[in-house]
Amino acid sequence: MTYITKPVARHPKMRHNALGLTPRDYEGTMSTLCAGCGHDSVTAALIQALFELDVEPYRVAKLSGIGCSSKTPAYFVKEAHGFNSVHGRMPSIAAGSNAANRDLVYIGISGDGDSLSIGLGQLSHAIRRNINMLYVLENNGVYGLTKGQFSASADVGSVSKRGEINRQGPIDPVSLALALGASFVARSFSGDKKQLVPILKAGIAHTGFAFVDVISPCVTFNDHKGSTKSYAHTRTHAYEVVETDFVPLRREITADYGHGDVRAVTMHDGSVVRLRKVAEDYDAANRGAALEHIADVRKRGEVPTGLLYLEETGQDMHGFENTIEKPLVDLRYEDLCPGREALDELQKEWW
Amino acid sequence: MAHNRDRLNDFTIRIGTVNGTGSASANSLLLQALFRMGLPVSGKNVFPSNIQGLPTWYEIRVNRDGYAARSPTFQLMVAMNPQSYARDLSEVASGGWVLYDSTKELDDKLLRDDVTFLGIPLAHMCAERFERARERTLMKNIGYVGALVALLDIEMDVVQEMLEEKFADKRGLIESNFTAIRMGYDWAKEQWKCPLPIRAKRMDATKDSVLVTGNAATALGCVYAGATVGAWYPITPATSVMDAFKEWCHRFRVDPETGKNRYCILQAEDELAAAGMVIGAGWAGARAFTPTSGPGISLMSEFIGLAYYAEIPSVFIDVERTGPSTGMPTRTQQGDLMLVAYASHGDTKHIALFPADPRECFEFAVAAFDLAERFQTPVFLVSDLDIGMNDWRVPRLEWDESYRPDRGKVLSAEEIEKVKDFYRYLDVDGDAIPYRTLPGVHPKGAYFTRGSGHDKYGKYTEDSDAYVEVVDRIAQKVQSAAEHVPQPEIHTVEGGARYGIVSLGGAHWAVMEARDTLAAEGVPVDYLRVRGFPFGVAVKDFLDSHDEIFVVEQNRDGQLRTLLTIETECPKSKLASVRYYGGQPLSKEHVLDGIRPHVASAAVEAATQ
Repeated sequence: MTYITKPVARHPKMRHNALGLTPRDYEGTMSTLCAGCGHDSVTAALIQALFELDVEPYRVAKLSGIGCSSKTPAYFVKEAHGFNSVHGRMPSIAAGSNAANRDLVYIGISGDGDSLSIGLGQLSHAIRRNINMLYVLENNGVYGLTKGQFSASADVGSVSKRGEINRQGPIDPVSLALALGASFVARSFSGDKKQLVPILKAGIAHTGFAFVDVISPCVTFNDHKGSTKSYAHTRTHAYEVVETDFVPLRREITADYGHGDVRAVTMHDGSVVRLRKVAEDYDAANRGAALEHIADVRKRGEVPTGLLYLEETGQDMHGFENTIEKPLVDLRYEDLCPGREALDELQKEWW
Repeated sequence: MAHNRDRLNDFTIRIGTVNGTGSASANSLLLQALFRMGLPVSGKNVFPSNIQGLPTWYEIRVNRDGYAARSPTFQLMVAMNPQSYARDLSEVASGGWVLYDSTKELDDKLLRDDVTFLGIPLAHMCAERFERARERTLMKNIGYVGALVALLDIEMDVVQEMLEEKFADKRGLIESNFTAIRMGYDWAKEQWKCPLPIRAKRMDATKDSVLVTGNAATALGCVYAGATVGAWYPITPATSVMDAFKEWCHRFRVDPETGKNRYCILQAEDELAAAGMVIGAGWAGARAFTPTSGPGISLMSEFIGLAYYAEIPSVFIDVERTGPSTGMPTRTQQGDLMLVAYASHGDTKHIALFPADPRECFEFAVAAFDLAERFQTPVFLVSDLDIGMNDWRVPRLEWDESYRPDRGKVLSAEEIEKVKDFYRYLDVDGDAIPYRTLPGVHPKGAYFTRGSGHDKYGKYTEDSDAYVEVVDRIAQKVQSAAEHVPQPEIHTVEGGARYGIVSLGGAHWAVMEARDTLAAEGVPVDYLRVRGFPFGVAVKDFLDSHDEIFVVEQNRDGQLRTLLTIETECPKSKLASVRYYGGQPLSKEHVLDGIRPHVASAAVEAATQ
């Protein structure tokens, strides 16, 4: 029930960001999801990322389709416009609104049913179009709102709460995104905020389609023994192949990364994403190798996580379309209408 | 044969060719030449859903009285496609002429005694004069144009002037074209008595007119309305709307300093996505549209319901084609009337505009955006393949420089600042239209847009009363548009007639012509052309004030008649249905065939009483 307003409590020692806002200013209404739902942790991570990035709350546009995950835009940044659209079609809403106003921070929240079944086509084309947005797929392997049917991300052999065994192979969201040419591909776990927050920040800073698959367990229908999307299974099988650190613009890099090969990627806004290889042979700049590595890890029954692929040099939708920098919604009518004289002139060709 | 004599500026010719052979440009050359001679002309392209190799036809009607509807009586057949000879030759009006390529002799079985055969060995002549195969094919078309120039007394100067304009930067092509034109012309002059009794003579009827397709005019209307986002998936017969929008934007909407576009055209992965893009853009504050046809509207229907319920301005252009399903994609129909009126599940009703020609396409396209924003709802601009893809002679388009878009109730940052609490769906003014805010403008303007149940404050609800209050207001809002959509065009006879006709869209031209014929036969008929939906008072008054009404439309099931019975109190028994749905543009004969039996039986009845 998304109409429950959360009481605003402000602790005097609460942190403030550069805008003078507290994390509370990035919250939404009270979540109505089940207690312990992974999605609420993702929401919390998003709130933290937006707060720490000093994003103006009202400059965010929150978009979603239909499903449990798609309810969550109500639970963060109440000062932002939200759009809970139709099942599987959020990417087209994102393309249209981004076409109209390219200056907003677009955050799309989707689920495995919304993205991999009914909305697979739109997701694919959003990737192809490289819409500048953060796209979070809250992945729990089941349809929650309709009470526990397998989704297209359910692994072979995964057992449902009713005891059915899934026989069809899953669509792996990150492999799919990589194969489709996505410019930013990551996977994380709702239970690992330390990993998730920097990935979300990098995704928001990325110019283009930032695809983040988050394993986000469904406590009601898919958190039991035999499920491969449970908290327990994900904790024991997650394998971080790349460690991600996000360094905002004009902040000194102080973190100690220890050993390992670090690649620093400067984003369009000047912030830096630092990627440290955990798996020795992994290269987050090599799409083919990344795909191969992910396939190998999956074969071992593990879940590869981290910012798996990043390419910051490509063009986004507006680059392809050669759209003017100023948002189209801000153009004056006088600059859009050719006027009477032009009409008269044009009609000479229709004679 | 007599009726074909002395048809000065009153004839129809049909040209049968093979598609993909370049005949289209030859045919438009002919149409344009007649137009430039000041003659009222109309052209109808009857083409296959194919790129190359199938029969295709082009019909040109010249009518000194200005009748523009299709006329299926052909005085002259230009038969250039042996594949369709049998059919083409059988379709010539008795006393008419057949111009054919006599390089190969005609099958004796096809010959008719009541028509004159004019053979010209075009293939042979082209083989002698031109070297390249493609040129030989193309110049055959220009060759028959040359023969027609002589036969129909078309001014050669006009044709030559047009060729020079067309090939201004391709000198080589001009020479081939001139050679081919003279080739056909000289042959005709030498072999036959030119001109034929069907012939053209300069008039002054097109001075303030232009020749344009509905789709080009629609696209221009979108540009002038200030639309910045166009999303679409290619579909016949709507594709040329976006082709034209692209062309006009390229010309008028490129920022001179940066070379960047003041528009964004998104070719979507399907019509579902195209609808989503339009709705997303409308939500964000842009004027956005999608051109499509019936199959596209079917696919968009879920999203249309969202835009209706969440109250998002959006413009859907439906260039109708023959349904159901894939139907006949290159034939015309008015088969989407019920679809657009109530598209999507649940209780919905939409604003729809019905232009009758390209000029109205231009004007109504602008109106569509104003209505969409004013009433915060989807608006359908409904034309059809005949209006959209054929060249029409229409009065020059005009533009009022003082026009400014009606953005409706959109709150600016300053206005939001002054509001104590903003609620998206609250009827503040008592006119059933709430205020809206755009994302990114002001923190206080934020709200959650949803297709799920919501109350007037914009909050999710499953409460009966709260739900009903909102959907009732939306119904009232859409209905209130009835007096703001383009009002009907009404033609009445003095004192009012017993009979009335109600029609819409491109059926108009056949109705007007039929009405004149009926009047000449002593049957005066009043006529109302619906131009917008929901129907307003004027439509209801017209229905009330006539005893017998003929509803003329181009679909099988009488969809306009159904809409009239659903939306007004008019008894069904008063509404006789006149329908033609074979895929060709409506002609006078269709209308007369539907009306005459009723009128005749009434006359008999009157006489026997």
